[in-house]
Amino acid sequence: MGRYIVKRILLAILTVFIICAITFFVMNAIPGGPFNREKALSEATIEALNQRYNLDKPVSEQFVLYMKNLLHGDFGVSLKNGRDISEIISESFPISAKLGLMAIAVALICGTVFGSFAALMRNKAPDRTIVFFSTLFTAVPSFVLATLLLLVFCIKLAWFPVWDPNNPNFLLPVLALSSYPMAYTTRLAKSSMLDALSQDYIRTAKAKGVAKWKVIFKHALRNSLLPIITYAGPQIAYIITGSMVIETIFTVGGIGSKFVSAISNRDYTMIMATTIFLATLMVVANLICDLLYKLVDPRIKFD
Amino acid sequence: MENFDPNKTPKKQVLSAQIDLSKFEKATEDEKRQQDVMSESTSFFKDGMRKLFKNPLAVLSIVILAAIILTIIIAPMIVPYGYEEILSVNGKRDKGAKNLAPFTYSKAEQKYIDEGGTRFPHIMGTDEQCRDYFIRVIYGTRISLVIGFFASIIVLIIGMIIGSISGYAGGRVDLILMRIVDIIYSLPDMLVIILLATVLNQVLVFKAGSALAALGSNMISMFIVFGLLYWVGMARLIRGQILSIKENEFVLAARSIGAKPGWIIRKHILPNCLSVIIVSTALQIPSAIFTESYLSFIGLGVNAPMPSLGSLANSARQGLQTYPYKLIFPALMICLIVLSLNLLGDGLRDAFDPKLKR
Repeated sequence: MGRYIVKRILLAILTVFIICAITFFVMNAIPGGPFNREKALSEATIEALNQRYNLDKPVSEQFVLYMKNLLHGDFGVSLKNGRDISEIISESFPISAKLGLMAIAVALICGTVFGSFAALMRNKAPDRTIVFFSTLFTAVPSFVLATLLLLVFCIKLAWFPVWDPNNPNFLLPVLALSSYPMAYTTRLAKSSMLDALSQDYIRTAKAKGVAKWKVIFKHALRNSLLPIITYAGPQIAYIITGSMVIETIFTVGGIGSKFVSAISNRDYTMIMATTIFLATLMVVANLICDLLYKLVDPRIKFD
Repeated sequence: MENFDPNKTPKKQVLSAQIDLSKFEKATEDEKRQQDVMSESTSFFKDGMRKLFKNPLAVLSIVILAAIILTIIIAPMIVPYGYEEILSVNGKRDKGAKNLAPFTYSKAEQKYIDEGGTRFPHIMGTDEQCRDYFIRVIYGTRISLVIGFFASIIVLIIGMIIGSISGYAGGRVDLILMRIVDIIYSLPDMLVIILLATVLNQVLVFKAGSALAALGSNMISMFIVFGLLYWVGMARLIRGQILSIKENEFVLAARSIGAKPGWIIRKHILPNCLSVIIVSTALQIPSAIFTESYLSFIGLGVNAPMPSLGSLANSARQGLQTYPYKLIFPALMICLIVLSLNLLGDGLRDAFDPKLKR
């Protein structure tokens, strides 16, 4: 167990390092320096700027410096507005984290409930309804759903206010963000619940006369939760990338919308910083899910 | 016992158990046929197809996909507008044809029709640059489908080559390849795609007029990105299949008569994991279309003026309140394509590989 954890953590650190390297070198491949503007700056100014941001040094040395700064929590400054990127991230991340955590909680809880319910009601009306909607919602891109929700509920019907940073209403963004993972979890939960229900120990428990709810909650549900935990990692990755679009549509000022606007503004330092930050987040989330999975299910071998 | 004749059977001996054949009647051809209870011989492919066509959802999705494909082939021949053509009446630019609702005409067009001319209706209206929206959606569907299809082919080819080498060679080659796969697998794919797409859009510059320039840097970068990242799942799958298949006796037999590894993989192993390959390729197409529409939506999709379903949906966000149908049409198309491809993929999986069913 201990060896496995160490190995897994080392792999995660290696992944984060590779992400940093890819991000740095790929971004360096873009032709033209960051100070190439329409209004040409004087040679002396560019030289001074290059010196200030260490751009006169060889690329490898720049990379080492960049990594050093990253470890100190210094992501550099935004090319667009000259603000400190760490500041932008620490400002915008909490709201994204709140949105993302709510969405993942809704997706996992509702998905498990719907899926297990469908499995228990197999081939009856509730099962068919749930299967219909979960199949449908795996085919609707989140940006379409988000735009439609915004159009219908915020603008046409005006049931919900358009996003207000001082008094945020998370319902619609959470709904839009969690639709796909919820549909996926529902399908997963249904099949794993059906799988668990067909096991011998369920029959044994029933034969022994254990109460029905106890069979379902204590024996079937517990065992059917394992695949859902395995897939929680990819779901979190989906939520993080999905939140970029959802935040842009609902004009939530989170880190995702900052990322999208950095892409359209060609704010390269900001793109680099947010990519590294979000990627690290995903790797850590994946690591936690993996360890949790091994912890919950003692039958898994540590190879 | 040549020229056997039942009437000239050798003399029976006492206590012999030999039967007297003259007491029996010969079976007629018709009776012989009645004994035939063998079912028609079937191949793996035929059997899978039979099961697939028994699945109503799969058949429905095949019909929908066929209808969509027929439409995107035929519609550009019928509709007299181009996807980047700004509408004009009698050779004069029609400035009033901006943001028309479906099946309506601009003033200039109405005047032209009143004077006796014929004008093809704008089935889905027009966009803010006076272009026919129907043809744009049609071309957008074409491009999204082409991207989905070719991306899956690229993934399939790379994944198949690496997966087979890794699975068949084993040992150190396998170890190194699988470590690479592990690392690529643990990268957050969407972020890397966004990063690469951002950079490749800047780096890739093609000579004007060449075939690559016609595709546009964004589309090429999308293919590169798919080729670089998405093969890992396929490679893992095929490696696993090969590891189990290569232990079979027929592989040993082939090897013992001196077949080369490339031949064994192509002729003996890959056909045996065909079902897995078909199913996962079919399920790869909708996910590629999803990714494409996502990238288009955040502005990294195909180059303008070429439309894709995602970029159409994105540009429809401006003026959404007044012209919601501009979002609805491409969005509906994405949903329809992805839904039917998903259902078809599920159907294929159930038909060709019952073991895979979850």
